[in-house]
Amino acid sequence: MKKLRLATLWLDGCSGCHMSLLDMDERLLDLAASIDFVYSPLVDVKTFPETVDVTCIEGAVSSAEDEHKLRTVRERTALLIALGDCAVTGNVPAMRNSCGIGQVMTTVYCKREALNPQIPATGLPTLHDQALPLHSFVKVDLFIPGCPPSADTLFSALTALIEGRAADLRLNTRFGA
Amino acid sequence: MTAQIITLTINGLQVSGLASETILQVARENNLPIPTLCFLEGLSTQGSCRLCMVEVAGSPKPQPACVTLIQEGMEISTHTEQLLHYRRKIIELLFSERNHVCAVCVSNGHCELQDLAREHGVDHIDFPYRYPAMTVDASHSRFVLDHNRCILCTRCVRVCGEIEGAHTWDVKNRGIRSLIVADFDTPWGSSTTCTGCGKCVHVCPTGALSEKGKSVAEMLKKRPSLPYLVANRTLEH
Ligand code: SF4
Ligand code: SF4
Repeated sequence: MKKLRLATLWLDGCSGCHMSLLDMDERLLDLAASIDFVYSPLVDVKTFPETVDVTCIEGAVSSAEDEHKLRTVRERTALLIALGDCAVTGNVPAMRNSCGIGQVMTTVYCKREALNPQIPATGLPTLHDQALPLHSFVKVDLFIPGCPPSADTLFSALTALIEGRAADLRLNTRFGA
Repeated sequence: MTAQIITLTINGLQVSGLASETILQVARENNLPIPTLCFLEGLSTQGSCRLCMVEVAGSPKPQPACVTLIQEGMEISTHTEQLLHYRRKIIELLFSERNHVCAVCVSNGHCELQDLAREHGVDHIDFPYRYPAMTVDASHSRFVLDHNRCILCTRCVRVCGEIEGAHTWDVKNRGIRSLIVADFDTPWGSSTTCTGCGKCVHVCPTGALSEKGKSVAEMLKKRPSLPYLVANRTLEH
């Protein structure tokens, strides 16, 4: 059987969803038999491949750089998964949306910083005014809510994809799970 | 005088009830679940959340089951594709209207809105979120009101007025600007009518009303301890 080409991407999230992937423990070995891990913060590949079967994206879209990555990945991916609440709803990163990025930056970098308060700018991606879920920018094929979704949930989802059962997938998860 | 018995069908099943009963009551007596949010047995019915909308044969519009009385020969459907679609959209609108961040909410895992989303397969919100800047009133010594999580079901208003008799809560403004307020829009802590009974906290379906000191996912509402509400309703009959 042809192996499933799987990638994962980490945008504005806490890496908890990736920890949940690792939490599959020995089941990762079962998956390894049918999956090629072609790109991820967990593997040592530097550029996103031209074609990928499935990409799981963790985190909200918070900067121009996030948006650019997301669009590139969407073009090169057959099935895109919003992995976890930040990717699905915006979640905690989106809590800044009601006050605006200006106020957030001043509060964090100027009001709380006793020594040399300044907003870091050089070499950093510019933050969008709002942190938004993936589907505000591109088409998402599967949503897996949860903060983070459990290892069991991820294992069920990935097994269903490998076996081609994604269409009737009903995952045991919810917002905040 | 004997009460008038009415017969009707719900989802093709023959059922009967009293003329004074609503579609929702008869459905629940027959173990036919209809989802609700603003409705709470024992309080007056508001009919505002629209989750309990059902289809009645011959009527061009869906009808709210909680406020529609049964009629002879009614043919009711509670779970058509169209109704399920409406319900999902209502749930999505509730999520997009204010700021629901379940992962850091006191009611995470014990929330009626969250449960409804899960039951209806709402795994993302299609509407753009509004991200309104809402306040949190923590002026009361024992309770907190977080407007970010309020869905304006008015259960708190009704339990306070109808059961506790204090009528501390009311709604100011209209439409999307509506806001739950204490007394004449004073901080809850300076309310002169609030008795501190906590009924509003325990009927609130979401994390909008909670006990002070409760952290993420710690706010369990004591819903089984509300028999006084039901008892009160039976007395009326
Ligand atoms: S009130 Fe319910 S739906 Fe809203 S954030 Fe809290 S747990 Fe989630
Ligand atoms: S505070 Fe709670 S009970 Fe009151 S209207 Fe808002 S959601 Fe309903």
